Amino acid sequence: MATVRTRRAREALTGLAFAAPAVAVFAVFMFWPLIQVFWISLQQTRGFGLAKWVGLQNYQEILSDKIFWTALWNTALYTAISVPLCLVAGLAAALLLNKRMPARGLIRAIYYLPAVISGVSSALIGAWLFNEDIGLVNRILDVVGLGPVPWQSEGVPALLSLVAISLWIGLGFNMVVYLAALQGIPREVFEAARCDGASRWATLRRITIPQLGPTTFFLIVIGIINSFQVFDIVYVMTGGGPGNSTTMLVTYAYSAGFEQRQQGYASAIGVVLYLIVLVMTIVQWRVNKRRDVA
Amino acid sequence: MTRYRLAFAITGAVAMLFPVYWMIVTAISSSADMRGPGLHLWPTSVRWENLTDPLSKFPYGMWAVNSVFIAVVAVVLTVVINLMAGYAFAKLRFPGRNVLFILIISTLMVPVQVVMVPQFHLVVDFGLIGSDWGVIVPRLAEAFGLFMARQFMMAIPDELIEAAQCDGSSQWRIFRTVVLPLCRPLIAVLVIFTFMWRWNEFAWPLIVLKDPESYTLQVGLLFLKNQYGQDYGSLMAMSLLSMIPMIIVFALFQRHFVEGMARSGIK
Repeated sequence: MATVRTRRAREALTGLAFAAPAVAVFAVFMFWPLIQVFWISLQQTRGFGLAKWVGLQNYQEILSDKIFWTALWNTALYTAISVPLCLVAGLAAALLLNKRMPARGLIRAIYYLPAVISGVSSALIGAWLFNEDIGLVNRILDVVGLGPVPWQSEGVPALLSLVAISLWIGLGFNMVVYLAALQGIPREVFEAARCDGASRWATLRRITIPQLGPTTFFLIVIGIINSFQVFDIVYVMTGGGPGNSTTMLVTYAYSAGFEQRQQGYASAIGVVLYLIVLVMTIVQWRVNKRRDVA
Repeated sequence: MTRYRLAFAITGAVAMLFPVYWMIVTAISSSADMRGPGLHLWPTSVRWENLTDPLSKFPYGMWAVNSVFIAVVAVVLTVVINLMAGYAFAKLRFPGRNVLFILIISTLMVPVQVVMVPQFHLVVDFGLIGSDWGVIVPRLAEAFGLFMARQFMMAIPDELIEAAQCDGSSQWRIFRTVVLPLCRPLIAVLVIFTFMWRWNEFAWPLIVLKDPESYTLQVGLLFLKNQYGQDYGSLMAMSLLSMIPMIIVFALFQRHFVEGMARSGIK
């Protein structure tokens, strides 16, 4: 008995020792900041001066802050356009590249390539392609007789240029996940459909897409969570402009915290963002659970 | 049908590659050519000023050194921490194991911007503001890598570990000589992804690094954008240079990228 107990105790000690470095960095740099952010959000910090306790005042300010609501609307609009586009394009690419063809591996790699390019570089390419005066997109639109489009001086085109870049970056990930999911659909299902004389379109609508349901749901949730955090391409490509028409929740939080140095207010925005993401995660979790039960 | 399919696939590939192609064209053309009248989709003359001019005016070399240092140190530390923790959470029983694991995994969905202010305060308190270590240390808490390590190690048979235990090996020895050799594919994925995340990271170094000499390449590129304004030749050249390590890693380990991503998607 004693040996079992000492062995258990020794295993527990080794386990703790192996986990200790990770637990330490998470405790200091994740758990503690996650508690502290609530605390800081109840303070007023302007400039480098001492923080002043203001209770819920930052949250009250948020409610009446026009820029905050603009940022929330922009983030929602960006998400509502970008996520479905990436989803459909990713599915189309996956269906296209699921069949055997020459150089399939290379073509897949090319579709995925933008995902490994940094947000800053992608944003610089975007800023250049969509430059209002000398960018290639407007030059081509000009030749075709459709341009020029005010990509920098008007809000909606600016947002759409961000969506275009997000599609370029995000397509590959959606494609790869869909490709993996397509491998998981049993062959017999398709064979049965063919025996019944189902057309390609019917097979796609009645079999493939429903079978991919869980994957689609996963990609939508991941897509929404990622879109709500879009920072690099917005900050570098449009800087939130023109005016505040492409300001997103996170770029607004950043500029409040580190440009205007109102860190209490920035933390309050962070808490709101946290709650939004939390709600979406809980929704995903509950839907998954219901499906597992069913 | 197959021919149409291939044609579609290639058209898509050309469209996806085009922005990078256009970057290269811009980088080697004179800015007068790019602004001038007439639409050219290929370079009309080759110039190297876009490359040499910014390299002589700005501390690009320093930025590259900083980026390499941060990425390499972060990869080594993160991967070691995640492998050790992955082993503990997958194979060793200790009090609080499940609670700790759930807490760590729940940080997966926390946006960086939620904790940036408290993390910034911590980095200030530790005296790490403006230094490479201020960029590296807070990012060692990498839940995704830890999750991947734990999932992978769950699949290692207990019998292997128990057999080594009967031979009287210590856990540390078992970890090094039995577990790690089985984890090569995992280590490859962890190294590649951690490198990509740290190399491409922008928001956090932007907050921590103050002095232009201490910038990483990504922060430096933003600095250059503000310097060059509408002159995109140099900007594209410098951006291309900054992408080279990532492109090489991608070309070499493409399969791991795709598999790692797919695995994260299936869960």
